[in-house]
Amino acid sequence: MSIKRFVVGSFDDEAVLFPAVKKVRVAGYKIHDVYTPMPIHGLDTAMGLRDTSIHTAGFLYGITGTTTALSGISYTLIYDWPLNFGGKPHFALPAWIPITFELTVLFASVGMVLTFCYLCQMAPFVRKHHFSLRSTDDLFVMVIECTPKTNVADLEAFMKTTGASDVHVQDAETGWWLGTYSRNIPSVDNAKTILV
Amino acid sequence: MTLKERFEIPSGFRMWSMGLMGAGVLSLIVGYFMYGRGDEAQQIRFWAALLQNSVYFLLVVNAAMFFFTAVTLAMGGFQMAFRRVTEAISACVPVIGGITFVILMVLVLRHKTYIYEWLDKELVAKDPILNGKKGFLNPTFFIIWTTLTIGLWTVLGYKMRSLSREIDDHPLSSIEEGKKYIFKNTVWSAIYIVWFALTVASTVPWLWLMSTAPHWFSTMYSWYTFASTFVAGIALITLFVIYLKNKGYLEYVNKEHLHDLGKFQFAFSVFWTYLWFSQFMLIWYANIPEETTYFRPRFEGAYTGLFYLNLCINFLAPLLIYMTRSAKRNYTILTFMSVALLLGHWVDFYQMIFGTLVPDHVPMNLFDVGIAAGFVGLIIYQTGNVLARFPLLAKNHPFFKESIIHYT
Repeated sequence: MSIKRFVVGSFDDEAVLFPAVKKVRVAGYKIHDVYTPMPIHGLDTAMGLRDTSIHTAGFLYGITGTTTALSGISYTLIYDWPLNFGGKPHFALPAWIPITFELTVLFASVGMVLTFCYLCQMAPFVRKHHFSLRSTDDLFVMVIECTPKTNVADLEAFMKTTGASDVHVQDAETGWWLGTYSRNIPSVDNAKTILV
Repeated sequence: MTLKERFEIPSGFRMWSMGLMGAGVLSLIVGYFMYGRGDEAQQIRFWAALLQNSVYFLLVVNAAMFFFTAVTLAMGGFQMAFRRVTEAISACVPVIGGITFVILMVLVLRHKTYIYEWLDKELVAKDPILNGKKGFLNPTFFIIWTTLTIGLWTVLGYKMRSLSREIDDHPLSSIEEGKKYIFKNTVWSAIYIVWFALTVASTVPWLWLMSTAPHWFSTMYSWYTFASTFVAGIALITLFVIYLKNKGYLEYVNKEHLHDLGKFQFAFSVFWTYLWFSQFMLIWYANIPEETTYFRPRFEGAYTGLFYLNLCINFLAPLLIYMTRSAKRNYTILTFMSVALLLGHWVDFYQMIFGTLVPDHVPMNLFDVGIAAGFVGLIIYQTGNVLARFPLLAKNHPFFKESIIHYT
């Protein structure tokens, strides 16, 4: 939840974007994120992102579902209200497998979707800053985070040399907020003076 | 980078394949004198082992054929980096198909055989169930259909392989030509897939395997057999790809391709379990005596151990071990699991056939292992020879570049 300064470079083509990402990383700048209109294979590797751990979460949700199903059914059909279904044993495991499977899948999928939304900070009424709306249409947008030591003018010039079609500076709120989008964001310099 | 375009068979490779084949032939001879000339029980034991091993290994190498035709139909480019390996494995179909054909013909034509009950005309006439199945379960249809099956697999496999090799020395000159070439591949793949659906995915497991218990039937059986052999087939492809990688060949194959093969193994192991369970659960739940006879020796008889072992190797192990991404990209885990799955589905076929024919005890001994070793040796020998005869890289294929830059 802080306001930071970003250098935003827009690229027309992913073939230019890949070498640019590599050059920026070699130069030692910190890539905040790259926004693209469609998923691009290999971009996460090029950006040096670690593997997601959402599958670990999925596994945990899955076994929670399995446990819920098995304990729920066995409680009702063995202890609470045992019934005789066609002479089958009360502990009729094969008959429970379909429901166990369904609950495993349900828990895993719903849990993973919610976790994904949480990680991406997406929810109803939650707002986030968009660096470029055209990144949902036709532009590949690379956003570089500036530190107090970053020479912004140098960085802008460097971005131009990597093939960006447009480079500009934005001050943006990094977190999310509730309400409408029309929140007045002060610039980093003003924010500093306010803090001081 | 200089590419190694030809596989040179190492002496150890040849020695191992020869040794395994020798063990197979030795087991066959010893088995013939031990069981093949004995009474009814011993005859069944002898022929059932041959039936199980030949059909299993035939369907496994045929799965390699199915793999590359299905991927071709789906316009999948990722297979091109190791396409020649699947092709070489599919070149085992004529050889093992020939052996299987001979065994099946002996089973059907021999005067006294105990594997297929429905060959006994007097019994069929008295038995209303067998009489009702007479149109399908009769020697004439069996012979014609088996000949057609193995024959067309051989012909279509040969066609697909020669289509792939014909552009090795004659690169495609234009995009138009490339499109034509892809279309031709698609057409022949489609013909093969249709024939595959009519054989492996439906009739052939009924005829060759399920008819050992002619009173019993399951509509899941063919798909179940297919899923079993497809997992094993992918495991075999993985093993050969890893072997060649370790020897320094297939430079363009990387972890991405192996990851995909691992995903195939994982996915189809779960698919196999789905079919296994669908077959089991319906029969268990309905509890109709004609149907439960199949599971009697397996579920609570001599085969209980193999029944649960089968589930552990073929379902629990791949589910838990292959679940993470890093496991599917690890050569050691892939190799271990591929061997385990090949063995696991061999055990699956074992209980499918022996559970019916020898229900009261498990007769597994060195004879079965020896026959299996013979087939393994044959696959290694034939695949190695075909790999060595043709270039390892399908470098002129239009999808070759797509395969090199493949990313999962």
